[in-house]
Amino acid sequence: MTQNPSNYVEVRGLTFARGDRLIYDNVDIDIPKGKVTTIMGPSGTGKTTLLKLIGGQLKPDKGDIWVNGFNVPKLKRKELYELRERMGMLFQSGALFSDINVFENVAFPLRIHTQLPEAMIRDLVLMKLHAVGLRGARDLMPSELSGGMARRVALARAISMDPEMVMYDEPFTGQDPIAMGVIVQLIRLLNDALGLTSVVVSHDIQESLSITDHLCIVADGKVMGQGSPQELRSSGNAFVKQFLNGLPDGPVPFHFPATDYAEDLLRGDQDAGFSTKAW
Amino acid sequence: MRIRTLEISVGAFIVAGIGALFLLALEVSGLSLSPTQDTYKLYAEFTDVGGLRVRGKVSLSGVTIGRVNSISLDPKSSKAVVEMDIDADVNYLSSDSVAVISTAGLLGEKYINVSIGGDEEALKEGDFFYSTQGALNLEKLISDFATSK
Amino acid sequence: MLDFLQRLGRNALLSLGSLGRAGIFLVGSLLGAPRMKGLPLLLKQLYSVGVLSLVIIVVSGLFIGMVLGLQGYNILVDYGSEQAIGQMIALTLVRELGPVVTALLFAGRAGSALTAEIGLMKATEQLSSLEMMGVDPLRQIIAPRLLAGFIAMPMLAMIFSVVGVWGGKMVGVEWLGVYEGSFWSNMQASVDFSDDILNGIIKSIVFGVVCTWIAVFQGYDSVPTSEGISSATTKTVVYSSLAVLGLDFILTAVMFGDF
Repeated sequence: MTQNPSNYVEVRGLTFARGDRLIYDNVDIDIPKGKVTTIMGPSGTGKTTLLKLIGGQLKPDKGDIWVNGFNVPKLKRKELYELRERMGMLFQSGALFSDINVFENVAFPLRIHTQLPEAMIRDLVLMKLHAVGLRGARDLMPSELSGGMARRVALARAISMDPEMVMYDEPFTGQDPIAMGVIVQLIRLLNDALGLTSVVVSHDIQESLSITDHLCIVADGKVMGQGSPQELRSSGNAFVKQFLNGLPDGPVPFHFPATDYAEDLLRGDQDAGFSTKAW
Repeated sequence: MRIRTLEISVGAFIVAGIGALFLLALEVSGLSLSPTQDTYKLYAEFTDVGGLRVRGKVSLSGVTIGRVNSISLDPKSSKAVVEMDIDADVNYLSSDSVAVISTAGLLGEKYINVSIGGDEEALKEGDFFYSTQGALNLEKLISDFATSK
Repeated sequence: MLDFLQRLGRNALLSLGSLGRAGIFLVGSLLGAPRMKGLPLLLKQLYSVGVLSLVIIVVSGLFIGMVLGLQGYNILVDYGSEQAIGQMIALTLVRELGPVVTALLFAGRAGSALTAEIGLMKATEQLSSLEMMGVDPLRQIIAPRLLAGFIAMPMLAMIFSVVGVWGGKMVGVEWLGVYEGSFWSNMQASVDFSDDILNGIIKSIVFGVVCTWIAVFQGYDSVPTSEGISSATTKTVVYSSLAVLGLDFILTAVMFGDF
């Protein structure tokens, strides 16, 4: 089987279970080349897991994950590490190395993977830092940065090797509105300016919809809908409707599965007695 | 410049570690750096080596002149054969010298004490002591004393 | 009863599994030729594992040597053989206390720090992000720390012994008036380089490998939460101490036992 050249990543028949819990059940996902794709879904559906599967940090139980013509689960260790040099990933916490300063953090991949002279590394690092607006912060330590700045530095580090694809793990969570606006804009700008393929994992609907070209909604181990935002908005799927409009009740029930309410209240005594004994 | 102090302190640490090894070797174990002295081998047969150990001292008039190299049993005579390394510059042990197993202090270490004889000829590599006297056995001494009267 | 057996069996399998993981982990981090690029990393770790442990090692060594001098003198003086104090102090330190106490202090001082550091790197996704940059965290983060521990421990143990002997000499010779000449000559006559000092060094190398291995693996294998890291740190100190004391008995039996 080969990959459709217009897709940078193609997931086919992916099945992945963590313990007894099935996280992905025979899932197909396309990530088109040169576009911003957003993977959305309720918390706990394994969106971050999907990024780790694409990056080869986890192995699927079944299925293929094609990235730029390579089937990630079948790659040898060395090939996988080479492929990863062409991917950048922005972790939720930024994951900056806390013992070196901002400049060294961004320079780190360059120093490891290239033999470039120091002057050139300096220029490259300053260019990347300039792109995220933090050229002036190069001498700060990660502990001195605000959350939003740390994420931007991490973004500069993720693009320091000029990757073909950047994956963003929950880039908007825990950010104040200004920092969030900056990140939203950066994702779009970098994608267009560098010709990247971007994958954003998020559950912030407004921010995501404002920049995304391709949307993919996952829940309960399945893809509920895939396509452009307009296509999905007009989709008849009840779940997609509930998710995009943020309705409290629908296919995803408000109540956690439980016994009948009235019955539950009536047998309060026995229940209480039992639970104290168990402790 | 932070990296410089780091390198220097690690270097000092390694020097301290190796210095400690030298101190242990030279001061604590008394290992001498000069090449091991030339020695020659002498043998002595004892009826009882009780308590003598390999690496025990061999001394002449209280001066250490060698070490016990090995202790084995001669299957024919069923006596103990002690092989000694004697310093090469001690080449004047007369051939009728006597090797005696003595004790340092009342309960101390056993060592071989050499008493020199009057012969002109000296002991050479591989020679046996003319005469020996085994370890002084305190218990035997006491029982001899008790039964003799 | 059946329940108990079941739990016992499951625990046995679990610990066997983690021992296997630890073994694969050790091989994985040490295999592959060390690169010249790794030298600064090793230096940095030698600094934090070795140099920073010096103070506690020197101070403890000094006091332990002094206590040995006092105690030894009080016992030996009853037999009129207080000159043997040098040999007693040196043999105790070089054979036993040097390697063992150094390893225990090392587990508490450097081992716990290693575990916490690596655990936090895991919790803040630094290890994951290294992997995603195409850098193997085993080689970049773990291997230099392991090597630094292997190198630092014997150094620290030897420094400990030397300082201890010096402390014992201070108490025995300077304060209690043992004749200095017999202090040294008794020591030199009874301490053998290969039997005592080399064996002591071998012990400390073994302890260095075991303590660092445990510390680094516990960090790498920890659950990346604050609870997980604190329990991993505790485990590092407990497992290292037990392993050191148990191995010390085995090594002593092999090295100094008469069989």
